[in-house]
Amino acid sequence: MATIEEKLICVTCPKGCTLMVTREGKTVLSVENGCKRGHEYARQELTDPRRMVASSVKIKGGIHPLMPVYTSAPFPKPRIPELLAVLRKVELQAPVSLDHVVMTDVLGSGIDIKASREMRKI
Amino acid sequence: MTIRKNYDVVVVGSGPGGLAAAIAAKKNGAQDVLVIERDVEPGGILLQCIHNGFGVEIFKQDLPGPSYAQRFINEALEVGVEFLLDSMVLEITRDHRVTIASKRYGIVTIQAKAVVLAMGCRERTRAQVRLPGTRPAGVFTAGTAQRWVNVEGYMPGKNFVILGSGDIGMIMARRLTFEGAKVERVLEVMPYLSGLTRNYVQCLLDYGIELQLMHTVKNIIGKKRVEAIEAVAVDEKWNPIPGTEEVIPCDTLLLSVGLIPENELSRQAGVLIDPVTAGPFVDDTFQTNIPGIFSAGNVVHVYDLVDWVTEAGLTAGKAAARLISGAEPGHSKTIPVRAGENVRYVVPHTLNPDHLAEGDIRVQMRVRAPIEAPVWVEARAGERMLTRKGEPYARPGEMVTLTLKSALLDELKAAEELTIAIVRR
Repeated sequence: MATIEEKLICVTCPKGCTLMVTREGKTVLSVENGCKRGHEYARQELTDPRRMVASSVKIKGGIHPLMPVYTSAPFPKPRIPELLAVLRKVELQAPVSLDHVVMTDVLGSGIDIKASREMRKI
Repeated sequence: MTIRKNYDVVVVGSGPGGLAAAIAAKKNGAQDVLVIERDVEPGGILLQCIHNGFGVEIFKQDLPGPSYAQRFINEALEVGVEFLLDSMVLEITRDHRVTIASKRYGIVTIQAKAVVLAMGCRERTRAQVRLPGTRPAGVFTAGTAQRWVNVEGYMPGKNFVILGSGDIGMIMARRLTFEGAKVERVLEVMPYLSGLTRNYVQCLLDYGIELQLMHTVKNIIGKKRVEAIEAVAVDEKWNPIPGTEEVIPCDTLLLSVGLIPENELSRQAGVLIDPVTAGPFVDDTFQTNIPGIFSAGNVVHVYDLVDWVTEAGLTAGKAAARLISGAEPGHSKTIPVRAGENVRYVVPHTLNPDHLAEGDIRVQMRVRAPIEAPVWVEARAGERMLTRKGEPYARPGEMVTLTLKSALLDELKAAEELTIAIVRR
């Protein structure tokens, strides 16, 4: 298999380093630039790209009609639309505390959906 | 709560800068610390920034905006900071009298020993970038749309064009896509991205949203509601290039064309404003030209990371507490910090070398134009190099930080001024 060299922009932290990745298929041979976490990102991105997902779900009885939520860990990128469809059906009832687990093991991913803030009852 | 006539420290605004300032003031010995917030809850704009990416520096965690705010709100309450919500500051005087219009208390004036300005910034609007065309509904700033979509539960449109590649615009492009809208295009007049590169990757590239650099809006089309916008390519001087026009049908145009520090109150109080940053001239403790009036966060200059805003708030709050305790003389000897080669501005504008005895001092700057090559960020006193650090590149969208270490104390004390420059390696 041919060796491919390509640029990959790391999204792990706000620095956004440009990683120079040398790979053979999906096997990473070497990564230049970036830190340890960046190298890990390059490997992950080529085999199983994931992103933190933040969205909102409906909530009743709070000061706002929406509760912001986020994934407890980076979620498989190709399944994000599926995840959003699931979140659209959720409705919570205030009060909700910060980091309250809204859903466990969503879509069998092993990842939880957590509340990004507290929402007091009004 | 009852509102008193006197406070040690009054903080205007409860965003990350204000919260950090209030917490630091309290922890450093200020007795009565009051945060005044115009919204019905503390937290500021972080509450509508529901995306991840906050807190990497301070918490070593990737938090959504509301979570980040919640941590500081909780800490502020724990240390005994008081909040006056749903209240608008109308005036601050140079002797620290603060007049407030409050739904609950009416119009009241309180006396503070020190004030921390933490009003944040405002988005540039259509009028400020002079967009031609009709004036239909459907032209909003990206932050307004963000508040509607993430907090209030309204979708402002179905088909979007976003002008400006600032972080809020790119983040909204992804957010609107999540909520079922179609983002037709992101246009940026500059030849480079104005937000963070990683937001280009995870907000635009990930969802196949097209970005066109060196493009702007030539015309807004529509009578009652936006029907289309006419995009056009521009040259280096932002002149439209004839023949490159393209009509893009859409019902909404979002503007992400820059943020301006909000300093109406500061000006009234007599605080001097730097025309480059649009924020106050500050020393290394974020004290303004008026003794006892400090400022923290985006009100000083627009940051790209909330962690830096928090750091600024901590510095300002601590200094405010120290000033009123008498630990710090009102205004001590400072030296100017000047923007040298390739540096558009540097904050702080002055610094007190003696403060290096207590810890490092951070100077932060923006480069004038992108340098896509390794650079040195250097601090010089006259011809003499005091310290420098290497960076792989320097881009206007990404703030550059240089830390002046305590070890430089003696050299800085002997210096008349400090020049900060970014030069190619």
